[in-house]
Amino acid sequence: MGIDIVVKRAIYEENDARAKAIHESLSARGVFTVNVLGGPGAGKTSLISALARRIRASGDQLAVIEGDLASDIDTRALRELGIDAYQIETGGDCHLNAAMIEAVLPRLRVEDGSWLFIENIGNLVCPAEFVIGEDLKLVVVGVSEGGDKPYKYPFIFNKSAACVLTKVDLKAAMGFDEAFFQAGLAAASPQAALLPLNGRTGEGADRILEWLRSARERLRA
Amino acid sequence: MHEASAAASILRIALEEASRRGATRVTRLRVVAGEATGYMEESLAFFLGVLSKGGAAEGAALELSCVKTRLRCRSCGAEFDRRGSSFACPSCGGPGELTGAGDEFYLDSIEIEGGSEWASTSS
Repeated sequence: MGIDIVVKRAIYEENDARAKAIHESLSARGVFTVNVLGGPGAGKTSLISALARRIRASGDQLAVIEGDLASDIDTRALRELGIDAYQIETGGDCHLNAAMIEAVLPRLRVEDGSWLFIENIGNLVCPAEFVIGEDLKLVVVGVSEGGDKPYKYPFIFNKSAACVLTKVDLKAAMGFDEAFFQAGLAAASPQAALLPLNGRTGEGADRILEWLRSARERLRA
Repeated sequence: MHEASAAASILRIALEEASRRGATRVTRLRVVAGEATGYMEESLAFFLGVLSKGGAAEGAALELSCVKTRLRCRSCGAEFDRRGSSFACPSCGGPGELTGAGDEFYLDSIEIEGGSEWASTSS
């Protein structure tokens, strides 16, 4: 006869524990870590570039970890801007996990009191389930992807503290239904701030950075 | 989805719990997965089958309980299961918001054989 054993353990408990340790060691050094999520082509790298320019102009330091299935196109683009970027190629894995971050951190120069942006794999499903040591998640959606994303992928919006809506200059051309999108975002994630960005002109980036700075203060309080 | 890594984690936890009780076999794995996590039972069962070969959990049956995505209406406060892609409340049509029920993913319990020290507590 079999014996029933009550377990009730989170299946990703090992990842959660590693992520917690990463977060503790980074935040003890005053590093603010943002996990940037979004589908392929949403504008994650453009957002990070726009923020990086402003962060450096303000005298702060930052580093970027780029997650991709394969290729280092984004990392090279960031390095051309003089940004300290490190590439993780997951070789097909659909998300970054805490062990991957743990492995690259010693190879990356992350100054005390600096910013760390981690660009996750382009995917609105899997990355939502894995904490990787971040202070918060930021989900990026382009108007070209359509307003239905919060309805189709509510989980990733629910886990995110803010949603950056990119390519807002294309709203009319794409027939973007903003009211429908906003209602979906409010349902999936009542707490999430909606932050528009025009990646071409950089319009909106100042406000996003301001929002991030105040989120950093809130989380440190 | 990432059922392979999920299956590996399930087996690691199950084998750890089993060995702490001196069990020789794990015969059943009961997993709770929220609808929002999107895990597919067939795929999870497939990877569990592959990854458990040759170990104490080989051939263990998977029982996956799916928890529906639960919403609460912001207008009337009613709680309801999400239907299709809508967030709307079925009673008043108001906007529903996620309650957190439906995004769980954990190993709830296992069935083991050969764990004598716990045999007395089983019914």
